[in-house]
Amino acid sequence: MDKFTRVTGIVVPLRRNAVDTDQIIPAVFLKRVTKTGFDDALFANWRNDPEFVLNQPEFKGAKVLIAGSDFGTGSSREHAVWALRDYGFEAVLSPKFADIFRGNSGKQGLLTGVISEADCEKLWNAVEANPGIEITVDLPSQTATVGDLSVSFDIDEYTKWRLLEGLDDIALTLRDEQAITDFEAKRPAWLPQTIPARQS
Amino acid sequence: MTSPRTLAEKVWDDHLVAKGENGNPDLIYIDLHLVHEVTSPQAFDGLRLANRPVRRLDLTIATEDHNTPTINIDKQIADETSRIQIETLRKNAAEFGVRIHSLGDIEQGIVHVVGPQLGLTMPGITVVCGDSHTSTHGAFGAMAFGIGTSEVEHVLATQTLPLKPFKTMAINVEGTLRSGVTAKDIILAVIAKIGTNGGQGYVLEYRGSAIRALSMEGRMTICNMSIEAGARAGMVAPDQTTYDYLQGRPHAPQGTDWETAVAYWNTLATDEGATFDAEVFLDANDLEPFVTWGTNPGQGVSLSDVVPSPGDFSDAGERAAAERALEYMDLTPGTPLKEVPVDAVFMGSCTNSRIEDLRQFASIVRGRKKAEGVRVMVVPGSARVRLEAEAEGLDKIFEEFGAEWRFAGCSMCLGMNPDQLSPGERCASTSNRNFEGRQGKGGRTHLVSPLVAAATAVRGTLSSPSDLEGGN
Repeated sequence: MDKFTRVTGIVVPLRRNAVDTDQIIPAVFLKRVTKTGFDDALFANWRNDPEFVLNQPEFKGAKVLIAGSDFGTGSSREHAVWALRDYGFEAVLSPKFADIFRGNSGKQGLLTGVISEADCEKLWNAVEANPGIEITVDLPSQTATVGDLSVSFDIDEYTKWRLLEGLDDIALTLRDEQAITDFEAKRPAWLPQTIPARQS
Repeated sequence: MTSPRTLAEKVWDDHLVAKGENGNPDLIYIDLHLVHEVTSPQAFDGLRLANRPVRRLDLTIATEDHNTPTINIDKQIADETSRIQIETLRKNAAEFGVRIHSLGDIEQGIVHVVGPQLGLTMPGITVVCGDSHTSTHGAFGAMAFGIGTSEVEHVLATQTLPLKPFKTMAINVEGTLRSGVTAKDIILAVIAKIGTNGGQGYVLEYRGSAIRALSMEGRMTICNMSIEAGARAGMVAPDQTTYDYLQGRPHAPQGTDWETAVAYWNTLATDEGATFDAEVFLDANDLEPFVTWGTNPGQGVSLSDVVPSPGDFSDAGERAAAERALEYMDLTPGTPLKEVPVDAVFMGSCTNSRIEDLRQFASIVRGRKKAEGVRVMVVPGSARVRLEAEAEGLDKIFEEFGAEWRFAGCSMCLGMNPDQLSPGERCASTSNRNFEGRQGKGGRTHLVSPLVAAATAVRGTLSSPSDLEGGN
C-alpha cells in the first residue's frame, strides 16, 4: 500500500445522505474473482442516470468525494472500498461514516475524513459554484482546501499513522517478521505438513 | 507454577508469536490453512498486487467443494460463476505453488472432511479456512475457526493472524444417549438452549461423559455447528478415540514422532481447577431426536413435540422471529412434527457426510423403499468417503432404496451448485443451516440427524427410526 501524504485533484460533491454499500457497489458485482476492475461497478445503478454527478464531464478523473452523512452503511463488503479506489478516489470526506466501511477504508489506503455538517455544506457550495475545481486534502495537517476555503477533518491517530506509513494489515504484521521466523524455528517437526503430499 | 488453564488457553498460549500490548491483538501462528474456491480469489489477487508470495506452502492445502457439481463431474460446469471460481482457484494454486485436490482427484471433497481424512488435522494445532464451519476441526482438540477473505490473504502472506483472546465456555453433556439419538441431536439441543448468539465471543469446549463416548465423526458434527451457536470455535480434548482415528493417516506423525506428539497431546486437556467464563449443562439421558421447525438453527425441539406457537415465547424478539419463521416454513402451531410431510431428504454436508454418517443412514434404509414422491439425495463428503462407501456396498443400499448417490461436495447444503430445492419444497436435511432460501430460493429446511433423515425418507413425514414398522 502506498504512503498517503496529500492528494490534489478534482472533487465531486455527492449530495446524498446514508449512501449504503449496496449503492456504492450493487451485490451483482460481488461474484467477481479479482480485487481490481471494479471502477465500472461504482454507483452502478445511479450511473444509469445521465444527470448523476459522476456522469458530468467536469468531474471526470475525480480523486476526492464529498458525501453526506452516514456514508458506507449496510453490508460489510470490502468491494465498496475497492470500487472507490479503482474509480480513482483517494479520499472521501463526510460528516459521518459507517464503522465497518471506515475500518475497511483505512486498511486499504482510502482516506476517510470526518468534516462538520456546516463545512460539508460550504464545500458542496464551493464546488458546485465552480465544477471541476481541485481540492487538496492534506493528511499531516488534516485540512481540505478548495480555493480560499479551508476546512479541517478528523481521523483517528492510528489510521492516520497507518496511511502516512503506507501500512496495510499484512505490512503491519510483517514488522514482526523476526518474531514469526523465531517462532517457526521452534515448531516441532511432527506438526502437519501438506507438502510433500502423502496418499492414503 | 502456572495457574490451571483450559484446553483453549493452552493452544492459544502455544501459538503466541507476539503478545499484543495496549489493547492490541495478539499475533497467533497458524499451523494449517485450508483453502477453497469461494473465499480465496481476492486473497490471491491481493498477494499478486502487492507482489507477495505464500509464506508457507507446506502448511497450505486447497480443494474444490462449494461449487462442484455432484453429477456429470467430467463435464464442463454449466454455471459461469461457479466455473470461474473453480478455474481461478486452479490458476492461483498453480501460480503460487499451493497443493490442490481438484474435482475428479481422489482427495477432493468438502474441505472439512478432507483435512481430518488426510491426518492433517491434529490435536493442539491452529487451523483456519475461509469458511465458518472450520470449527469442525476442533473435534481433535485443535483451535479452528473461519476467517474472511482479507484474513485469508493475511494468513497466506504471514502464516499468522492478529487476534484478541476469546472467552471460554464449557458445554457439559453428561449421561448416555438413548438408541436413535446422536451427536447431531446433542448440538441441535445445545443451540436451542443457548441460542444462535449464545456462544458469541467464546470458544466452546464440549465436555462430559456423553462427549467422551462419541466417535470422532460425532465430535466433528458437534464442533461443526459451534458457529450456529455464534461461537467461532468449538473444541473437544484429545483422547484415545482421537489417537485411534489419527494414527496411520497419511500426514499423521509416524514412529518416534508419534510418541512425542501423543505425549504433548496428553498435556492439552483442561486442567483440574481451571475456570471457564461460562458453563452450560445438558443431560444426555433425557435427549430425544431433535428437529428444527424454524429458520435459524436455534429454533428446534424434540421430534415428538408439536410446532410451537409464537405465544410460547416470552421475549418479544423471539416471538416475532417465530411468527416470521412459521409463515416462511408454512407450519401451523400445534401440529405434531411427525405429521409434517417432506418433499426431499438431503444426506450430506460438512456436518454429516462422513462414512459413519452414511453407515447410519444405510442402517435404516437397508431393504426398504423410499416414500413415494420424496426426492432423496445422498452426497458423500469426499471422493474417498464415496469409495469407502462403495467398497462396503452402501451405494447399492441407497440405490435400491431409491436415493440418488452423488459425487462429493457441499451440494444442497447451500445450493451454490445445481443441487437446490424448488420454491416451497420442504426438506429434511442433515446440514447445518435452515436459513430462508439456504437450500434454494423459497426452500424450507428442517435440520435433522442422519437417522432421522433416513426414517423420514422411509415414511415421507418427519420421523425417527423408532417410528418405523419392524423397528430399526
